[in-house]
Amino acid sequence: MSNRVLMKGNEAIAEAAVKAGCRHYFGYPITPQTEIAHYLAKRMKDVDGVFLQAESEVAAINMVYGAAGAGARVLTSSSSPGISLKQEGFSYIAGAEIPSVVVNVMRCGPGLGGILPAQGDYFQCVKGGGHGDYKNLVLAASGVQELFSLTMEAFDLADKYRILVVILADGTIGQMMEPVIIPEDTDMKIFDKPWAASGKKGGNVHHTIKSIYIDPVVLEGLNNRLQSKYREIEANEVRVETSALEDAEIVITAFGTCARIAKNVIKEAAREGIKVGLIRPITLWPFPVEIISETARKDSVKAFLDIELNAGQMVEDVRLAVNGKKEVLFHGRTGGMIPSQEEILDIVRRIAGGGF
Amino acid sequence: MEKVFKITKGLTGVPMHYCPGCTHGIVHRLVAEVLEEMDVIESAIGVSSVGCTYNNYDYFACDMLQAAHGRAPAVATGVKRVHPGSLVFTYQGDGDLAAIGTAEIVHAAARGERITTIFVNNAIYGMTSGQMAPTTLIGQVTTTTPFGRDAAIHGYPIRMSEMLSTLDGAAFIQRVSMHDVRNVREAKKAITKAFRLQSEGAGFTMVEILSTCPTNWGIDPVGSLEWIKEMMIPQYPLGVYKDVTAGGDK
Ligand SMILES: Cc1ncc(C[n+]2csc(CCOP(=O)(O)OP(=O)(O)O)c2C)c(N)n1
Ligand code: SF4
Repeated sequence: MSNRVLMKGNEAIAEAAVKAGCRHYFGYPITPQTEIAHYLAKRMKDVDGVFLQAESEVAAINMVYGAAGAGARVLTSSSSPGISLKQEGFSYIAGAEIPSVVVNVMRCGPGLGGILPAQGDYFQCVKGGGHGDYKNLVLAASGVQELFSLTMEAFDLADKYRILVVILADGTIGQMMEPVIIPEDTDMKIFDKPWAASGKKGGNVHHTIKSIYIDPVVLEGLNNRLQSKYREIEANEVRVETSALEDAEIVITAFGTCARIAKNVIKEAAREGIKVGLIRPITLWPFPVEIISETARKDSVKAFLDIELNAGQMVEDVRLAVNGKKEVLFHGRTGGMIPSQEEILDIVRRIAGGGF
Repeated sequence: MEKVFKITKGLTGVPMHYCPGCTHGIVHRLVAEVLEEMDVIESAIGVSSVGCTYNNYDYFACDMLQAAHGRAPAVATGVKRVHPGSLVFTYQGDGDLAAIGTAEIVHAAARGERITTIFVNNAIYGMTSGQMAPTTLIGQVTTTTPFGRDAAIHGYPIRMSEMLSTLDGAAFIQRVSMHDVRNVREAKKAITKAFRLQSEGAGFTMVEILSTCPTNWGIDPVGSLEWIKEMMIPQYPLGVYKDVTAGGDK
């Protein structure tokens, strides 16, 4: 059984969390993701859950640390400036291996910036942002239905790997409305959490949730274990969408909103006889390195064009994967500006004409 | 022969690392004894903070979470909202609670979060080697106030119990001291009452405990107890600052 409804991206995230069995939400208001809080403030009451407006993003992420460390499925959401404040918590959660789900509906920066869509937090969420060697599993949707299913999946991934999963959406994806099919019944996995500090220990087991290890040997051991977990995730959890790669001469790499625009560009270009393909990373980490380097080796491919709502962030990962085999061009807009289809088509034409 | 003293089951027995004459250890024992007496070692959940007691997760026998500097009340909030039936407490120093963690403690109290904070005020940053704390006394020499705390430069010490007691969410707040046996007993009574009120759902509860730091005060252990009495208590008067059951048994 399922239900088809028209929803904003932000609402889809909120409902998907509830469907995934999340019963605790902690957050601080910020545009453009406030609908998540508005939705859950009501919805958590229906399901006997907890909605708590925290005093800051710092407090909210630490409430996540406590609640998820005590064994629950927990959500917090914010937008760029608030995500900056959460970085301390990200690092502690990584060190303590607490399964957590954090939504970042990105707005434009730096600083207070503006409230319009951007993708300027790629570095922050994908590369780190907090201190120490750690990784977040980062999921990027390009439509509302996908946002719904990725949010549900985020909770399973978080529990499976005891990792922080970031749903990284630009403001457009959070704000746009599309029909969503909501499953009535979900085949939610129940994860046993024997490590949790739940106050329900039996016998002499004393559970501690912590990220501090004063002994360097022990701490290096933790780091090694984290790294091998990250390698396992890289091997098993890459998600990517490709289109028209078979005979593409130009390959666009883009995520979120930019990937939607790219799909229209591909159709238009085909009409003009220019063969353009798309690689859309759905997991920004683990990054789809293999498909990009394979594609770079193809003789048919002339160049890559990376499009982002920032000054060039994911393009660094694309260049690493292409590894000098083909030229990688970049086109980005910032400040809340979004490239038009015609703007990108123009660049594509120039590349095809060898005039770039 | 009758056994008149035993180590409480609320402690794991792992040897504590505190300096000679430091009263953190006594506070631990009191908290642990109350956990045992209330029979909640198996269900209670504690939150360690950042300071000399960062690793008391090894000492307390209940489940523990170690929080980032100042964030223990937020972590405890998350824990309590998941396990409302568990006794949840934070153990925080004065730097942790009254400087970097001011927002978290104020709002946990304002929400009437059903947690208990054990707030150890030793007027200094112990772990990082004796810097000025928000609770450092005027004139007190620390490594960052080598000429003594000067109100004109460093501002004034904060009285957290008084401040938090103005909040409606606070159900019970008492300031006690470790400087002699009578006061140690009084402290245990205060902790018992705070834990009991928490389990009755009364609201936020806190016990502020004046405690020694001989190492960073540069005073011997006995002199340190005297220093609490002579120097700290005039600035931080002992007593009950909030008690929603007032007129009751306290
Ligand atoms: C974010 C952050 N800033 C600074 C520190 C360093 N630090 C560790 S303990 C401490 C002071 C603790 O003092 P207090 O809370 O008074 O506890 P005490 O050691 O006196 O028991 C500081 C500043 C830290 N660990 N994290
Ligand atoms: S430094 Fe001070 S507070 Fe820390 S253990 Fe030593 S005496 Fe106690």
